[in-house]
Amino acid sequence: MAGSNPNAKPMNLTLNVWRQPNRTTEGKIVEYKVKDISPEMSFLEMLDVLNEDLLHAGQDPVAFDHDCREGICGSCDLFINGRSHGPEKGTTTCQLHMRKFSDGDTITIEPWRANAFPVNKDLSVDRSAFDRIIQAGGYVSVNTGGVPDGNEIAIPKDIADRAFEAATCIACGACVAACKNASAMLFVSAKVSQLALLPQGKPERKTRVENMIAQMDKEGFGACSNIGSCAAECPVGISLENIAILNREYISAKATSNNLA
Amino acid sequence: MLLDSKIPEGPLAEKWEKHKFNVKLVNPANKRKYDVIVVGTGLAGSSAAASLAELGYNVKAFTYHDSPRRAHSIAAQGGINAAKNYQNDGDSVFRLFYDTVKGGDYRAREANVYRLAQVSVNIIDQCVAQGVPFAREYGGLLANRSFGGAQVSRTFYARGQTGQQLLLGAYSALSRQVAYGKVKLYTRSEMLDLVTVDGQARGIVTRHLITGEIETHAAHAVVLATGGYGNVFYLSTNAKYCNTTAAWRAHKKGAYFANPCFTQIHPTCIPVSGDYQSKLTLMSESLRNDGRVWVPKTVETAERLRKGEIKATDIAEGDRDYFLERKYPAFGNLVPRDVASRNAKQMCDEGRGVGTTGLAVYLDFAEIIQRIGADGVSQKYGNLFAMYEKITDEDPYKLPMRIYPAVHYTMGGLWVDYNLQTTIPGLYATGECNFSDHGANRLGASALMQGLADGYFVIPYTIGDYLAATAPKPVDTQHPAFAEAKAGVQARTEQLLAIKGTRTPDQFHKALGHVMWEYCGMARNAEGLRFAKTEIQRLRKEFWSDVRVAGTGEELNQTLEKAGRVADFIELGELMIDDALARNESCGGHFREEYQTPEGEALRDDENFAYVAAWEYQGENQPEKLNKEELTFENVKLTQRSYK
Repeated sequence: MAGSNPNAKPMNLTLNVWRQPNRTTEGKIVEYKVKDISPEMSFLEMLDVLNEDLLHAGQDPVAFDHDCREGICGSCDLFINGRSHGPEKGTTTCQLHMRKFSDGDTITIEPWRANAFPVNKDLSVDRSAFDRIIQAGGYVSVNTGGVPDGNEIAIPKDIADRAFEAATCIACGACVAACKNASAMLFVSAKVSQLALLPQGKPERKTRVENMIAQMDKEGFGACSNIGSCAAECPVGISLENIAILNREYISAKATSNNLA
Repeated sequence: MLLDSKIPEGPLAEKWEKHKFNVKLVNPANKRKYDVIVVGTGLAGSSAAASLAELGYNVKAFTYHDSPRRAHSIAAQGGINAAKNYQNDGDSVFRLFYDTVKGGDYRAREANVYRLAQVSVNIIDQCVAQGVPFAREYGGLLANRSFGGAQVSRTFYARGQTGQQLLLGAYSALSRQVAYGKVKLYTRSEMLDLVTVDGQARGIVTRHLITGEIETHAAHAVVLATGGYGNVFYLSTNAKYCNTTAAWRAHKKGAYFANPCFTQIHPTCIPVSGDYQSKLTLMSESLRNDGRVWVPKTVETAERLRKGEIKATDIAEGDRDYFLERKYPAFGNLVPRDVASRNAKQMCDEGRGVGTTGLAVYLDFAEIIQRIGADGVSQKYGNLFAMYEKITDEDPYKLPMRIYPAVHYTMGGLWVDYNLQTTIPGLYATGECNFSDHGANRLGASALMQGLADGYFVIPYTIGDYLAATAPKPVDTQHPAFAEAKAGVQARTEQLLAIKGTRTPDQFHKALGHVMWEYCGMARNAEGLRFAKTEIQRLRKEFWSDVRVAGTGEELNQTLEKAGRVADFIELGELMIDDALARNESCGGHFREEYQTPEGEALRDDENFAYVAAWEYQGENQPEKLNKEELTFENVKLTQRSYK
């Protein structure tokens, strides 16, 4: 059983899991029991146990998104006991471990709730809206080849570090799920900040911010009311400062840009 | 078929330049008439798709993820090599080439590796221009570090998440082409077969993972950038979805599979903690710069540790065996990955492993903590120590880390020529999906380099040459070959659903992984390999009569997806065994116990095995045919690696 702690006691848990066959059929919470869960397991390994049990019992396993299971791909996206990625700060669902729960606990597991993220099935949602926002301008327009030597663009270390911090967003959608307005401002601001800070991103900064915001609105994300639950629940610590940068970029673009209506 | 690697004539340093001049070009107006399918959107796939679209080709890009940005390239930690010599420490294109060929234990093609080293410098420039936030010095210029035992500092990095930043750069270039309408993006679409017409690759069959719809797509050429097959072992550092299906389907349609037994086992991973374990997590190689590897001197002490009666810190200095320092005084804890892994396994086999499972050794930081303090250590390795604590609930500042080797990368893959074309005309393989550049062992920070080299700087030239030279006729999905391939995929899906057996795909996958790890893992021998072959054949029979898949094919069905992937892993596993049995030597990650030096190190046989083993599919239940591509070394001298 346990690798580090030979005395770790297995747990029995009650799970309330959102089940929904597809996008158009109404869903509901279904109760399951799981037994002998090791505290050393990750949350997703606990769900693996549930799914193997269901499959052996001839029932449909619970669909959920996951892949790297080391907190970097951004696939996993569970709303656990009313929190994006569960109770532990700065942690994706795949890195949450069962030792954070106790024997006898009831755990409620839901998909991200946002109009812009329709449910595919059970706990899996469609986050393609994020891709379309990036496609609207989250890049520097350079083709392969014909670029200057990497060291011809000197970038002050603190600027490079701040750009890096913003660039670490994993696009999981926890910020949207945590926001009462289902706003995507933290996600959009992370990319806008990264590229607005760097010299490579400056030539397109005005059209970029306008186009990305326009796409964000079109996708049906809500407005930002500066509560900050997005940054509080972000598993990789994207700072609220980025939203301030986004607002500044947007206002500045609107006031001076003649590229767009 | 005779294997023609199509290596250009001329001196090593001039081959690629000359070849670029000699390739035929497609004029800009004609590029619009050609469609190219790219499967996979990791570093190799996204970079290829974006670059081809920029040139004017119509690209269709496929990923089984919900977004191209989720590909497993995102998880690469350490960095990317480039022969920039920014540090003035003696690096050069030739040195990077030389290190890579030697590190691969002389089982890679010289011309390919040299080209890789040449274009490595362009990759860094490209990524910087895209806005990739590499680490920088206070003067504003790019920072470098040494990595993987290299004697020069040539590794560019973005903290411990270089793969993420490089992939997001390639993803941004891809997204831009999607916005321009030059790339059509197909997400949640898994390739389940290749379509060939008159012997040429002309399309693919996919299953849409949300609707279950089986679709066909036609093109003038197909690029597979679908990654490696490390998950054949069930437990690996690969992401859960990583699989061999696209490459294996292409193999069964005629693409040779090269050196399948060359797998890399990384020495520093967090050990398995129980049967429920779903994947393994890497702890960066850089930790061996300061950590000391040890186990207890006696089995009795190890047993008390495993029972929890004592802690690591209770063991006196004299009762510890720093086995790497003892056996390799010159290199100590910094021996290459394959050597460090084999020695850790040996200690555990002797019964001196630690942790409750006994399958772990210690990586101890007590000495450096004493020397530079916990704060100093935190500045160097803080994020890794935090990740370790999150997973194990142990504080590595107080107790030594427990580590064990885990499968990390596969050097084998689809055989490709110098143009990255497989043995099927019009089918290309890039990145980890092909076999080309790493020989029998890959050096650290070289995987990201190869994926981007292939996608940004090789494929755009070589695919144009193929299209201009062959001018493939238009084909659409109405051609009978598409209906036939589609029917095959549908029949297989229905078969998997109809078995309704008693064991889940994961149970079969774990059983396969156990056999592969025990008999085709860190150490192999003929007897074990022959036993493993019969085990895998038995497993395959049982799978097709006893696997259980719930639900239907017309919905999101993750068990069905898994079942199809496991079925292909079982077949590939058998080929890996055949390859390991046929290679009667030890080299790099392939250690055959019968072939070792008196000191227990890998013993190559250059006279008989300096070749690429390219396996040719012969039909269901037929032994595959071994084709050999002889490797010639004109620019490096073959030597025995020694780390004593």
